[in-house]
Amino acid sequence: MPWDDVVFDLTFVHGIILLTGVVLYAALGGADFGGGIWDMFASGPRAEQQRQEIARAIGPIWEANHVWLIFVVVLTFTIYPPVFAAISSALYIPLSLILVGITLRGGAFVFRAYASDVAPARRGLSRVFAAASVITPLLLGMCAGAVATGDIRVVDGKVTSSLWTTWLSPFPIVIGLLALTVCAYLAAVYLCVETSGDLQEDFRTRALIAGAVFTALSVAAFPLTRSQAPVIWDGMMDREIVTIVPLAILTAAASGIAVLRRRFRLARITAVAWVAMIIVGWAVAQYPYLVVPDLTITNSAASRAMLVVALWTYVIGALVLIPALWYLFALFKGKNPAATGAYGASTGEMHVGEEHSV
Amino acid sequence: MSDLMAARWQMGTSLGFHIIFAALGIGLPLMMVFAEGLYLRTGNQTWLALARRWSKAFAILFAVGAVSGTILSFELGLLWPRFMEYAGGIFGMPFSLEGFAFFIEAIFLGIYLYGWDKLTPRAHWLAGIPVAISGALSGIFVVAANAWMNSPAGFDIVDGEPVNIDPVAAMFNDAWFQQALHMTLAAYTSTAFCLAGIYAFGYLRGRRDAYHTSALKLAVTFGLVLSISQALSGDLSARWVAENQPVKFAALEGQFETETRAGLTIGGWPNPETRKTNWGIEIPGLLSFLAGHSLETEVRGLNDFPMEDQPDPRPVHLGFQTMVGMGFAMILGSLWIVVTTWRRKRFEPSPWQLRALVALTPAGFIAIEAGWVVTEVGRQPWIIHEVMRTEDGVTEVPGQFAAFGGFTILYVLLTVVLVWLLLRLGRTPPPIDEPVPYRTASPAGSEAGHAVG
Repeated sequence: MPWDDVVFDLTFVHGIILLTGVVLYAALGGADFGGGIWDMFASGPRAEQQRQEIARAIGPIWEANHVWLIFVVVLTFTIYPPVFAAISSALYIPLSLILVGITLRGGAFVFRAYASDVAPARRGLSRVFAAASVITPLLLGMCAGAVATGDIRVVDGKVTSSLWTTWLSPFPIVIGLLALTVCAYLAAVYLCVETSGDLQEDFRTRALIAGAVFTALSVAAFPLTRSQAPVIWDGMMDREIVTIVPLAILTAAASGIAVLRRRFRLARITAVAWVAMIIVGWAVAQYPYLVVPDLTITNSAASRAMLVVALWTYVIGALVLIPALWYLFALFKGKNPAATGAYGASTGEMHVGEEHSV
Repeated sequence: MSDLMAARWQMGTSLGFHIIFAALGIGLPLMMVFAEGLYLRTGNQTWLALARRWSKAFAILFAVGAVSGTILSFELGLLWPRFMEYAGGIFGMPFSLEGFAFFIEAIFLGIYLYGWDKLTPRAHWLAGIPVAISGALSGIFVVAANAWMNSPAGFDIVDGEPVNIDPVAAMFNDAWFQQALHMTLAAYTSTAFCLAGIYAFGYLRGRRDAYHTSALKLAVTFGLVLSISQALSGDLSARWVAENQPVKFAALEGQFETETRAGLTIGGWPNPETRKTNWGIEIPGLLSFLAGHSLETEVRGLNDFPMEDQPDPRPVHLGFQTMVGMGFAMILGSLWIVVTTWRRKRFEPSPWQLRALVALTPAGFIAIEAGWVVTEVGRQPWIIHEVMRTEDGVTEVPGQFAAFGGFTILYVLLTVVLVWLLLRLGRTPPPIDEPVPYRTASPAGSEAGHAVG
């Protein structure tokens, strides 16, 4: 390849790293938000047990999962500074609300554990935790939707779009709701893997509900995409994505069927694959835009020197990060804490799921 | 309040809030790992109880630090989009590194806090070490990025655009070392004095048990060594500022006239109208000596610089006086106790010494806040020293005052709940008689057996 193309290639490589960060944040951090969603909708005779199980499941890992968001933010302002500036200005209001949500979610979650013996404080903090866990992914999804519509315009380096209508319109709202149901689905499926008996059935029901809501919403999203996010629509219709849409549908179906048949470890793997397919598919459809229609991965990229140095940083960082993450998840997610579970054993889950050892 | 001022206040409030947790996030893991290590060495349950208590406090402080740090990373863009568009591609590298350090810290903190019963004693202690290291590295990286704003490097400006970008040179700019050293020591010092004050308070209340004595001894020893080191590092920083940011140096001293044998003004209030610093005590020649280690060093005064290129000297001077004052108070407070202990050959702090330590509980944090006022307000009107003005970096989104108000309320709420919970934690009896929390059915049986015994 001619050397002139190297800058292009590096921007593409960083685009893939950015995409990886987004997928991991969705699959990991998204599920932590989902935990909060099911805390809010905890119901039935085991409501309190559901809440405890959610807290146990996300306690050791939510802070590490949250760092993927920081990773995405830092990568954006280091590699694509104009994108960071444009999104920060255009989506000032939802991003500020997201920060409030993130703060209240994390704060209330930890505070609640320390105030568990003071009933009013525990209940109040529980509500804050749950409400923030609903609002934050909704707004994050809305921001993602807004970026794709083409309503954020950057003229001579200045953002000229409305502070409100870019994100408060039907397409971003539907994307926000989809994000919310994805988080809820992921959390419910992950919790099925980590529970047993009646509690597992509770989360199975919740996974099925979230899956059904997602399906209904995604049907509504199609016509909206065509009218409100034409770049995405065109991308979906005439790129290689033709192979990704069926893959997303296939993984979604596989995960849903696995939940129905109580093959929860299979459901978890396919759910992660499904989320990855949705986000990768979106990225392919939106390519090469980061903010439609003015900023692309090439016209917003930092200097070549930065792209090279940052790539080395990510490679070396990943060498440290991946074993550490592996250890964390092996330690806390390797074995089902409710390993005596009747459903897991009866469907042969226990044999499938012992891939990690502490 | 103008949108620019509101944005500056919001950034300052967010930083001022976050930095307390950042400092504790650097200092507490060190104390925690140190205490658990002493337990593993000696088998003394008191050290284990302290490590467990500190890890419990740290868990809640780290969570608040993590979310308030997230606010800051977004606020870089929300409040200063023009600045980030210009600078992100130049000084982004330390932030990227900080991201990884934060990752490691969060991962191993999860393992440390939730892994007591999953790990052998030694493995658990080892899991604490990356928390302490990456906590310190996070701070160093972020400060290196801030140092770039004081000492921009790694690029040339051609037609107003940055070219020839060298991200490594930007990170290792001329100011990074002295700033990172000063901030890291500040984090350790403030944590040590915070702990010393808490356990001195218990002592005053008559709780002179091994638990309080061990904590107090450890904290005071750390405090003395660190606060003296901090004075030396402060000298390094002061000379760097004198040489490279003479306007900031003049402002922090309230020095309006350019002179040699310049006197050091203690206290006093600079008056930007009359161009004089009133009501201060002047020590002749000392300022020149501090600036260049010679009485003949010329100290440039604010009057030498155009008005539009200088900060308001009042907050900068006040911040500097406060920081240095707190620093010396911490040195003297801890020195007093260490000297009497050394002379009497036993640790028996008097009530007045304990009261002094209680009074010094927030001293390190006050010094940190004051120091950041010096470095940030002192850099004004520049967001990037002599490259970009703060007013050119700020967002064009209107209504900044509302955002500032909203986030301030959020911080107040967090603080109220946090203080309530920490006070509750302080009132619960120390976990001394609780069973050893480690995993017992361990394959490395000899190791576990040693620690339990």
